[in-house]
Amino acid sequence: MNLAILLLVVLFSTSCFFFGRKKIIKITSENKIRPNALPDYYGYYLALWCAIPAVLILALWTVFEPTIIKAIIINNLSSNNLSELNPDELNLVYQQIIALYAGNFTGTITEEIRLGAENYKSFLSIAEGSKIVILISFLMFTTLYAYKKLISNNKAREEVEKIVKAVLFTCSLVAILTTIGIIFSLLFESIKFFTTINIFDFLFGTSWSPQRAFVRDASTITPEEYNELKDAFGSVPLFAGTAFIAFIAMIVAVPIGLFSGIYLAEYASKKVRKYSKPIIEILAGIPTVVYGFFAALTVGPFFREFGERFGLEVSSESALAAGLVMGVMIIPYISSLSDDVINAVPQSLRDGSYAVGATKSETIKKVVIPAALPGIVGSVLLAVSRAIGETMIVVMAAGLAARLTINPLESTTTITTQIVMILIGDQEFDSPKTQSAFALGLTLFFATLILNYIALRFVKKYREKYE
Amino acid sequence: MTNNKVKIKTEKLDVFYGQKQALKNVNLEIFNREVTALIGPSGCGKSTYIRCINRMNDVIETCKISGSIKIDGQEINNKQIDVVRLRERIGMVFQKPNPFPKSIYDNVAYGPQIHGLADHKDKLDQIVQTSLKKSALWEEVKDRLDEPGTSLSGGQQQRLCIARAISVNPEVILMDEPCSALDPIATAKIEELMEELKKTFTIVIVTHSMAQAVRVSQRTGFFHLGNLIEVDTTDKMFKNPNNKMTQDYITGRFG
Ligand SMILES: Nc1ncnc2c1ncn2[C@@H]1O[C@H](COP(=O)(O)OP(=O)(O)OP(=O)(O)O)[C@@H](O)[C@H]1O
Ligand SMILES: [Mg+2]
Repeated sequence: MNLAILLLVVLFSTSCFFFGRKKIIKITSENKIRPNALPDYYGYYLALWCAIPAVLILALWTVFEPTIIKAIIINNLSSNNLSELNPDELNLVYQQIIALYAGNFTGTITEEIRLGAENYKSFLSIAEGSKIVILISFLMFTTLYAYKKLISNNKAREEVEKIVKAVLFTCSLVAILTTIGIIFSLLFESIKFFTTINIFDFLFGTSWSPQRAFVRDASTITPEEYNELKDAFGSVPLFAGTAFIAFIAMIVAVPIGLFSGIYLAEYASKKVRKYSKPIIEILAGIPTVVYGFFAALTVGPFFREFGERFGLEVSSESALAAGLVMGVMIIPYISSLSDDVINAVPQSLRDGSYAVGATKSETIKKVVIPAALPGIVGSVLLAVSRAIGETMIVVMAAGLAARLTINPLESTTTITTQIVMILIGDQEFDSPKTQSAFALGLTLFFATLILNYIALRFVKKYREKYE
Repeated sequence: MTNNKVKIKTEKLDVFYGQKQALKNVNLEIFNREVTALIGPSGCGKSTYIRCINRMNDVIETCKISGSIKIDGQEINNKQIDVVRLRERIGMVFQKPNPFPKSIYDNVAYGPQIHGLADHKDKLDQIVQTSLKKSALWEEVKDRLDEPGTSLSGGQQQRLCIARAISVNPEVILMDEPCSALDPIATAKIEELMEELKKTFTIVIVTHSMAQAVRVSQRTGFFHLGNLIEVDTTDKMFKNPNNKMTQDYITGRFG
């Protein structure tokens, strides 16, 4: 139904476009005046005024309709003979009513439910009808309004500009609001967690094993129990593991990515560039799961065998394998981006360097790279945040044991991996174990935020100095 | 003129960019410690010509050069020549000032550093100072040597680029329209500077300003569509040229 309405609106506004364009041409040529804007703009003006309010109304309606109908029905129920029920029970009855309406109700049909379902049905059809009426009258109204302005030869060009600006603004607002919403939901759940577990015990505790946390009711924890509990939620090993694996990944990715970027930008012939750049970029398109099983099934066992030959104990799930493969995954980000920023360095700088007798590599090292540095730092930081956020490879190749270690041959785990482990399967939503996932998410969020902030400061400072 | 020693001599110079011929059989002699001006309408090959002298055209993949270019009698248009050493001997200043995004000091110190001309800091300081003095920039920047070169005005930037070019003590300085982005005052400063520089260096300057050619140069060459039409002392060229085309060009009747 909504789809049909939407289609109708689109159809109508398209015809408005042609109508508005024709109209203004007619008006201006009859009165021998020059239109204030190209005829197309009048078309757009009319079409936008027709479509945007209608679509908005439709969206709002769709969002609020179920809530309103529910409120009405529940109100009816409680004012009738079911007034003694509490909200939870009323909710249940409402669910049953909907189930009956949808035809998948099992159980005994009571009088109230039958009546409710009938009510529900009639409300739905009323809502449907009034939706169409309201929508169309609104659409007529706004279109008429726009038409009035149009025939007075208004400044459609500026008006369209305003509408475009408003649309863009709304979109960015949506993006920002979602971000804020996500942060707040993280924050609230984390606060619940921190009321059970002291935030310092969480941040600085060195032992992580949430499976030991069996508590149900957080309000009845004795001090001894708490002592046990806090050892389940020390996040240091996770942060250490994350940093460690990301570090290994960067050791692999930064030199290889940067050097291949330099090669592509400065040395490779056009032909080589044409073929090798897409090939490298294909690496970026490989799903991380594929990297994950590559790490788990090929690289991990290879390291173990290799280690055995030298009498080294290498776990088949190791930080080294995960970090290495993650590094390979990140190479294209760094190489492709640094290739772009190096290309953006003006040729005149290179010419200036060659002209005093510098060789190519001297020029690259002393002139091109410093000039491209902000961009290169940016690409490296992007890569770091990829590495920190990467989950799949670690789940598959680095293991799940939260262990404080700097031995790359042992298994470790990361924050994102633990979040996954905590949230898969059936969970008690308000157990500390589940909430700890939010706390981890929040901490991770802050860590990346600080990282990005430092990076931006660095880049800005550098820019100021040399621009 | 003052002395008649030939510094640079090109014979039968042909340059192609892919299929397109940019210079056709150019025979030109450039004399030691003189300013030689190259004039001609846009696209006639002036830049191409001076970029042959320090082999900057090597950077362009499609560019093919044939013929002979001799500096002090030594052929430089062949594979054996050390291009890096050649460019150290032949400095270049570009049309648009292109200081590096480094400090003023580092801009000038760049050349001496890569060529190992200074074995300690004092020597380097001294080279930077003399180069900046020779390019008449020292007084303006001596208190702000660690500020970025890009923070200077256009005219100052161009003099910084000149300082960078002379810091490695070249024998020849090639200038490709060095004043085209500058105001008259900065232009006058640079012209003054050339007067001074020609005591020690051989200078080749490409210019679109006839007045500038008259003011600064002792010899002038006129290019047209890749051909060197005429070359003679600036005096003769502007008072009494042999070629009708030259006459038309310098009096502004075409080009
Ligand atoms: N990199 C290049 N690739 C292809 N053709 C080029 C290239 N550089 C120059 N040309 C061509 O060679 C010819 C000579 O160019 P050149 O830059 O030497 O002219 P110019 O005399 O310096 O002109 P202007 O006074 O405008 O600077 C022109 O026709 C130009 O199109
Ligand atoms: Mg030119």
